[in-house]
Amino acid sequence: MASIIRFLLNGEEVALSDIAPTDTLLDYLRLRKRLTGTKEGCAEGDCGACTVLVGRLVDGALAYEGVNACIRFLGSLSGTHVVTVEHLAGSDGALHPIQQAMVDYHGSQCGFCTPGFVMSLYGLWLSHENPGRPEIERALQGNLCRCTGYEPIVKAALAVTRDRPSVLFDPLEKTRTEIMARLWTMQVNERVTISKDGLSLIVPSSAQDLAEVLADNPQATVVAGSTDVGLWVTKQMRQINPVVFINHLAELQAVDLSSDGIRIGAGVTYSQAMEVLARNIPGLQPLLWRLGGEQVRNMGTIGGNIANGSPIGDMPPPLIALGATVHLRSAAGGQRSMPLENYFIAYGKQAREPGEFVEAVTVPRPARDAHFAVYKISKRRDEDISALCGAFHVVLGEGGRVSHAVIAFGGMAATPKRARAVEKALLGKPWTVETIEAAKAAFDQDYQPLTDWRATADYRQLTARNLLTRFYLETTGEPQELKRFAAGEA
Amino acid sequence: MDNKALDIAPLEIRGPMHSTLRHDSAHKHVSGTAEYIDDMPEPAGLLHGALGLSDRAHAEILSMDLSAVTAYPGVVAVLTGADVPGENDVSPSGKHDEPLLADRLVQFHGQPVFAVIAETRDAARRAARLAKITYRDLPFWTDIDGALANGAPVVTDGMTLSRGDARAALEDAPRRLKGEMRIGGQEHFYLEGHIALAIPGEDEDVTVWSSTQHPSEVQHMVGHVLGIASNAVTVNTRRMGGGFGGKETQGNQFAALAALAAKKLKRAVKFRPDRDEDMTATGKRHDFLVSYDVGFDDEGRIHAVDATYAARCGYSADLSGPVTDRALFHADNSYFYPNVHLTSKPLKTHTVSNTAFRGFGGPQGMVGCERIIEEIAYALGKDPLEIRKANFYGPKGSGRDVTPYHQQVEDNIIDRVVSELEASSDYQERRRAIIDFNRNSRVIRKGIALTPVKFGISFTMTAFNQAGALVHVYSDGSIHLNHGGTEMGQGLYTKVAQVLADAFQVDIDKVKITATTTAKVPNTSATAASSGTDLNGAAAYDAARQIKTRLIAFAAERWNVAPESIRFAPNRVEIGNKETIPFPDFIRLAYFARVQLSAAGFYKTPKIHWDRAAGRGTPFYYFAYGASVTEVSIDTLTGEYLIDRADILHDVGKSLNPALDIGQVEGAYVQGMGWLTTEELWWDNKGRLRTHAPSTYKIPLASDRPKIFNVSLAEWSENTEATIGKSKAVGEPPFMLAISVLEALSMAVASVADYRICPRLDAPATPERILMAVERLKAART
Ligand SMILES: Cc1cc2nc3c(=O)[nH]c(=O)nc-3n(C[C@H](O)[C@H](O)[C@H](O)COP(=O)(O)OP(=O)(O)OC[C@H]3O[C@@H](n4cnc5c(N)ncnc54)[C@H](O)[C@@H]3O)c2cc1C
Ligand code: FES
Ligand code: FES
Repeated sequence: MASIIRFLLNGEEVALSDIAPTDTLLDYLRLRKRLTGTKEGCAEGDCGACTVLVGRLVDGALAYEGVNACIRFLGSLSGTHVVTVEHLAGSDGALHPIQQAMVDYHGSQCGFCTPGFVMSLYGLWLSHENPGRPEIERALQGNLCRCTGYEPIVKAALAVTRDRPSVLFDPLEKTRTEIMARLWTMQVNERVTISKDGLSLIVPSSAQDLAEVLADNPQATVVAGSTDVGLWVTKQMRQINPVVFINHLAELQAVDLSSDGIRIGAGVTYSQAMEVLARNIPGLQPLLWRLGGEQVRNMGTIGGNIANGSPIGDMPPPLIALGATVHLRSAAGGQRSMPLENYFIAYGKQAREPGEFVEAVTVPRPARDAHFAVYKISKRRDEDISALCGAFHVVLGEGGRVSHAVIAFGGMAATPKRARAVEKALLGKPWTVETIEAAKAAFDQDYQPLTDWRATADYRQLTARNLLTRFYLETTGEPQELKRFAAGEA
Repeated sequence: MDNKALDIAPLEIRGPMHSTLRHDSAHKHVSGTAEYIDDMPEPAGLLHGALGLSDRAHAEILSMDLSAVTAYPGVVAVLTGADVPGENDVSPSGKHDEPLLADRLVQFHGQPVFAVIAETRDAARRAARLAKITYRDLPFWTDIDGALANGAPVVTDGMTLSRGDARAALEDAPRRLKGEMRIGGQEHFYLEGHIALAIPGEDEDVTVWSSTQHPSEVQHMVGHVLGIASNAVTVNTRRMGGGFGGKETQGNQFAALAALAAKKLKRAVKFRPDRDEDMTATGKRHDFLVSYDVGFDDEGRIHAVDATYAARCGYSADLSGPVTDRALFHADNSYFYPNVHLTSKPLKTHTVSNTAFRGFGGPQGMVGCERIIEEIAYALGKDPLEIRKANFYGPKGSGRDVTPYHQQVEDNIIDRVVSELEASSDYQERRRAIIDFNRNSRVIRKGIALTPVKFGISFTMTAFNQAGALVHVYSDGSIHLNHGGTEMGQGLYTKVAQVLADAFQVDIDKVKITATTTAKVPNTSATAASSGTDLNGAAAYDAARQIKTRLIAFAAERWNVAPESIRFAPNRVEIGNKETIPFPDFIRLAYFARVQLSAAGFYKTPKIHWDRAAGRGTPFYYFAYGASVTEVSIDTLTGEYLIDRADILHDVGKSLNPALDIGQVEGAYVQGMGWLTTEELWWDNKGRLRTHAPSTYKIPLASDRPKIFNVSLAEWSENTEATIGKSKAVGEPPFMLAISVLEALSMAVASVADYRICPRLDAPATPERILMAVERLKAART
């Protein structure tokens, strides 16, 4: 058993044994390393001022991704390469082309958001050859700027990614091989445990080890991407102990395609799942692009979205509508599976036993002739939590009658929940405006939503009904949803 | 003297006035080396503060048990109002209505009641949650309706502006309409939250680094709270990570607390509230309820307007007086009201005290005004733009050139701005196409609107329209610049440095920009009211003028030439046709001749005066103009929308720096768009603000800005007044260009009832408000 967390920070190797389980990367950078280029704007993953890149070995390659240092715990960084804004400029002070473009296009005013934007754009630069405006805007969904109105930032991004001044000078491109070699030597094959002031963090060595850790510590908090747990710490100042990190476990990051569907490991991030999900279930693509911002998608997991049991998580409604199965595992009980909708019992209560963890979720592909769509409604289009999120999965059988209908909503009840009365009102009926209009009344039986700061109950109820209309209209070949960019637009 | 170098002397310096120049700190912003207060090396033994907040909206404090707070590991002190040696008050209004730490009475949910000082910020924050306070609840109201229903007092006297006989003209007008509009508030969401660092000095001295737009006021407040004179307090501000008005008065409490703790504990103390505390405990833009009564004719010409602007001010006056005044000053936007009666009601509510925010009440005044225009347009079945044009102020002397506050509009260019934009944006053609589109579109509807802006420039408090600057020319020819304005991203430091470079004709890199400090330039005004460049640029110019006058006298004597023949050429001085000397060499000679190479410059705005009681005067030195066209699409099933395109033509006079000015215009538009669309403040029934972080309070993202965004400056415009370089203020005016977003959304909604009913869309126009307006109109159409 080891008791040290090792990672690379810019050019330097860091070995930490004196850390609390919820010490954040941002505090470490600013307070202990005095790398003050990385800023704190919110401490909750929403503003991007703290954006840094984390490079990790995935399937033998080194991938750098933008993450929110404010909600990233040090214990989750084992064997990674953390890159801050200080690493970009040359030792002679020459700015990186991205930085220079931000200067040339007047992309900073007060400058406080700027290092975060630079890092997000740098992440994009490393991962995309020639991004267009849609890609740039998506890469910036997790970065707030209150001064510029973003126009000069997007212009700078377009210009620099188009011109792409020689990558030879790029600090990460030129060290790629060397960094990979160094990271290889830092991979740990044993359990890491660090305790400080009676609080511990545990980094298990495998899924089996995770099961054992949880068997011994049923009260432990599992942390995958920490995009939920991070806020418990920074905002609610909750004491959690011990903390068990799982984001590094390769077994939980597997994505397998089979005749049952797509099996996604609990540790797979949104960014990792994006491609395979979008290819197999195109209806999920728009939702995935609007889930969190880029940094949240790079850290957050579908497993965490399910496990936390939130009534407003975006993945459960579409996954329930698609008939997904969740796989649970524990040392004592082994592996078991259940339909995802049965996992959500009540507000704050899920069908997960102490010591059990979410291992994976399997999502069946919808039938070729099925209609499937999911609609997220939020005050702001991107990086916002849903006021409501509705998923529709309908198959038309003989005579154009509804042979299969599963509809599930988030934001309408205390859990992600199916609209069984609506489904019933549709089943066996012809797929017509009349059927749709008649079925709408059934929403009242299914849901009694609440009023809060995201929306009133009336709006939620009315919009849920109207989304059924939108879905219907779309199945008739009339796309109705507003789209900022047409397909293929650059 | 090396004259060879002069053969290749440049024809122009780098960075004169009117040149496009990057922000002076841009290279530091992008590399993370620009230093904000939290980035400064921390003094040894630094302590950290956190606020203890009330969890009642209005209550008497019966008892406070702070023992658990004090006992928390790492806590060094817990401060309450009783620990204040001077006055426990930080009210900028002089009304003594804003305790630093609430004593006995709390008046909003989240009001600071005590402060914890601890070895670490984490310990201070954790300890702050352990207080046990017992309260006796008192009746409370958090919004304007509640205030009106409860007969709430005003926090400061309202104002009335009146001209002609509004009542009679309303009675006589061919048509008359009444209505109400609700306009939401806005959180500043500067990316850098409030912060203050205080270091105690000898005797009574204390030095404070504060993220403030108003160092002099912080100095004053710290002195007031500590019971010491201003000369013992030094306040420094190099840069803020955004201000927008939110750091005009709201930094006082953090600076005063840091200074109080520092003096008491004889250690350096830093206060940096968490984002949620910052949003909870500091003021915002005022919400308004505008009640209007308008008389007009069939052409849409306004005969009379009678309107009341009621504002949610929060529990104390803060800047609510001047903010609500400015709402009335802009209740006419660009339109002539032949008869007018306007009243403000700065209402007390049990919420955080609202404060300055870019536009300072002006935007709310204008939004209310544009609603009136819309009402007339829909009543007459006309394009609102026609109504706008029919009511524009006329040229000077036309008889249609007097504002409700009896100031003559002398520099009116709104007609030209609007007609140029109307043509360049292809407004008419696009409007026709949109109406066609809407006819055939079931779910998606579009809207377009062109709205004008006329914004008055000057502090309405005449005394604030003064500024100072301190300029040193060192004997090596390098120049040190200091002035009373603060840098919050707007590029003020860059522009003032351009003024100085231009005056001395030296490259701008020879001008060292230094942090604003009360020790160099005293008694400064807030960097606010868009006046930063007008005032500080002119003061710096004055300092340069004084030094140049001395230099010219010196040179005339030494070379025995006429003073007029001495010319400051780029990086050199020409002594008639006798000699040409590089600037540094010239300065060196002047130094040896014992010429004073330092000067304090001063400026006060001419012409202006204001008699508030009479509602008459010339509160504004000049007006800035602009106009915008916005096109939107809405989804009538969900209320969601997209901003498809915006075209802007804005007047900054003769721009000192077009790049910075365009940056202000774009940024202001998007910020204004956020205010009118997705930014919603929501209080629960306990009076608690629930949208107190970016997770719940949604400012625009890159993907929200107009998909097509064409921004131009009116290059032909020059200020008719003698401002620095004939430029105009730019900070606030373009914020109101975003009103066309709301109006365009409104048009899209109106399409569901064939443009015959005014949608009366309130702000912010969230998807929910859009959908509900669509439903209302669908139900109302026959
Ligand atoms: C800025 C921001 C934007 C966001 N936007 C969205 C959004 O648009 N839509 C949305 O749905 N959510 C959003 N979220 C919430 C969050 O990102 C998601 O819920 C995410 O999927 C959580 O995954 P995670 O891996 O980060 O979970 P963590 O924070 O690591 O964990 C969340 C919970 O799940 C538990 N857990 C995690 N993995 C397992 C496991 N394998 N077994 C058992 N328990 C486990 C944890 O113990 C914890 O209770 C946002 C969050 C932030 C900060
Ligand atoms: S500080 Fe705002 S996202 Fe991290
Ligand atoms: S430049 Fe100020 S927040 Fe972006």
